[in-house]
Amino acid sequence: MTAPTAPGLLGELALSIASGAIRVVDLTHTLDPDFPVIILPPEFGQCARFRMEEISAYDHRGPAWKWHNITCSEHTGTHFDAPAHWISGRDLPNNSVDTIPVEQFIGPACVIDCSQGAAENEDFELTPEIIQAWEAEHGEIPAGAWVLMRTDWSRRRGAAYLNMREDGPHSPGPTPEGIRFLIEQRDIRGFGTETVGTDAGQGSHYTPPFPAHFYLHGAGKLGLQCLNNLWELPPTGAVIIATPLKIKQGTGSPLRVLALVG
Amino acid sequence: MTDPLARPPKKDPQVRTRVPTRPSHFRSRAALGIAAAAAEGRFMLQVCEPCWTVQYPPRDACAACLSVELVWRDVSPMGRLIAETTVRTSTSIYFRERAPWRIGTVKLDAGPSVMAHLHGDLPPDAQVRVVAMLDKSGQGVLFAVPADATPNMEDDPQMREMTSDPKHRRVLITDARNENTPALAKALAEAGASMIFIGEAESWRPYPHRAALAAIPNVDILPMDVTDTASVRELSGEIGGKTDILINNARFVRPGGILERADVGFAREEMEVNYFGLLRLAQHFSPAMRARGADGDNSAAAWVNILSVNAWANSPDYGLFSASNAAALSLSQNLRADLWGGGVRLLNVFTGPTEDEWHQPLPPPKVAPGAIARAVIDGLSGGLEDVFVGDVAKDLIDRWRAGPKILEREMMENRGAS
Repeated sequence: MTAPTAPGLLGELALSIASGAIRVVDLTHTLDPDFPVIILPPEFGQCARFRMEEISAYDHRGPAWKWHNITCSEHTGTHFDAPAHWISGRDLPNNSVDTIPVEQFIGPACVIDCSQGAAENEDFELTPEIIQAWEAEHGEIPAGAWVLMRTDWSRRRGAAYLNMREDGPHSPGPTPEGIRFLIEQRDIRGFGTETVGTDAGQGSHYTPPFPAHFYLHGAGKLGLQCLNNLWELPPTGAVIIATPLKIKQGTGSPLRVLALVG
Repeated sequence: MTDPLARPPKKDPQVRTRVPTRPSHFRSRAALGIAAAAAEGRFMLQVCEPCWTVQYPPRDACAACLSVELVWRDVSPMGRLIAETTVRTSTSIYFRERAPWRIGTVKLDAGPSVMAHLHGDLPPDAQVRVVAMLDKSGQGVLFAVPADATPNMEDDPQMREMTSDPKHRRVLITDARNENTPALAKALAEAGASMIFIGEAESWRPYPHRAALAAIPNVDILPMDVTDTASVRELSGEIGGKTDILINNARFVRPGGILERADVGFAREEMEVNYFGLLRLAQHFSPAMRARGADGDNSAAAWVNILSVNAWANSPDYGLFSASNAAALSLSQNLRADLWGGGVRLLNVFTGPTEDEWHQPLPPPKVAPGAIARAVIDGLSGGLEDVFVGDVAKDLIDRWRAGPKILEREMMENRGAS
């Protein structure tokens, strides 16, 4: 018996995945109670950590089944930011995870390798110059692309991940000019990082504060953060599948991010 | 003097852990007043309102005038040992396991002669101080000790049965991040605790006193977050069988009442830490502790909660925090009942506003970490169940006892006074 095969492009895709000609790379961290979340000044509301409580485990609470209740924030773990997440995107149409057109969730990725710079400088900044240097080598970033900033930050563990000090966290991210270049000159779909947010750890000290959040969501663009395994992606050619949970008026969602790599 | 207690040997893995037995716990309702006084380290007897006769044993009518107006009052604990004996065998399993056991009769300066357990340092005819203590059944008994302290008197085997002394015991402090943890750990090390385990939540987030904690002798910092069931289960699996004293100092506090808070976010965190945190710890640590209530010189001895005194009466300025502590207080009574059968004591240390960031704009007096640590050590070495630390807490519980409804009105009046 042969497996039913869809005709044309989709059939070819399915066969390529089955044969391994197209690899599926998991860009997601495990939802773990001890995975860092963003920390705000303590008088502000805080991002809930991931938590899991057993409902039953083949026992007197339910003899033949095991299941859990889970709790977390929309912005816990590897997660998706919708335009409604930021004040700049609050009045846009279709700005929440349940109303964003689903076609937006699948798209090509350009991966800018900043890993060497981030290894040398924990406050490494992605600038228009670095983006243009990347383009000189790999071609212009096409409209509608995910731009992923590879820093190898996801290899960090424990306190080194947030890298929190008395003057706040230190981690790489884009400058205001860098993110504006991607939005205004290249019309990207969204921006993704390995760090806890799309902005640099010290992003609150830019003008405007948190420029990636402010400009991306103000322009109706999307965010992905806490990504993993970005070093497995080629600079161009990968396709990202990032489908947030359909949460009513949700501003984001933990999700499984996959990349198809030819 | 008492021979100093030697550090207990490592446990023989081929010997079964002793099942805790208890002395008789049957008391008349009137006699429970001794336990109520002992729970706070007070020495109280019934005093007849009309004729001022001090009563013993507790009763329903005055031995002198038959009046039923008997009121529990603090009376002088001083007296003279007029008779003593040593029990060498008993029909009680508890005393048979612990014989020989000294008991005697003390003529109190306040009037009556009382039956008391005797400290080993008491010679015949000694001047004594009588202490109301809780025995392994959780009931009140009288214990005569030398009028002046003697060396190592806390190591007397009969006395150690009544207390939860940290000497040579292994202690778990549940929240490394709390500002009072270094003071607690230091005080326990000085009191002779042999191991001090400290649960640390979110090691990915730095906190200022970590290095100071790690430098305290016998301290081991281990991962645990009282809001994460799996982490509590894991640590209890690792060290639950050698946790002799558990001190739950995990606390989440934010100022504000119902209308200052726009949502349930912080209230939920308060319940997660202050109430569900206690519940998770209790479900995972109390079974082994209850089973180890008679496990030699370093048996499981006590469970300590550090609670806000506003568990008793809501402070509207910290209304939701108060509510979470009221829930924790109620839960602690459930836990006390569960630990009772194992001879493990539950001590609640109640504090007023504490010296920390979340009470920063409040005027003094505020309770400093060192005062909390001292209260915990005093409570353990006295074998207490309820300790009120600082003037605010002491005043509040007095007013609560005088009239909870009046206190409720006063708390409303005081709103915003800070």
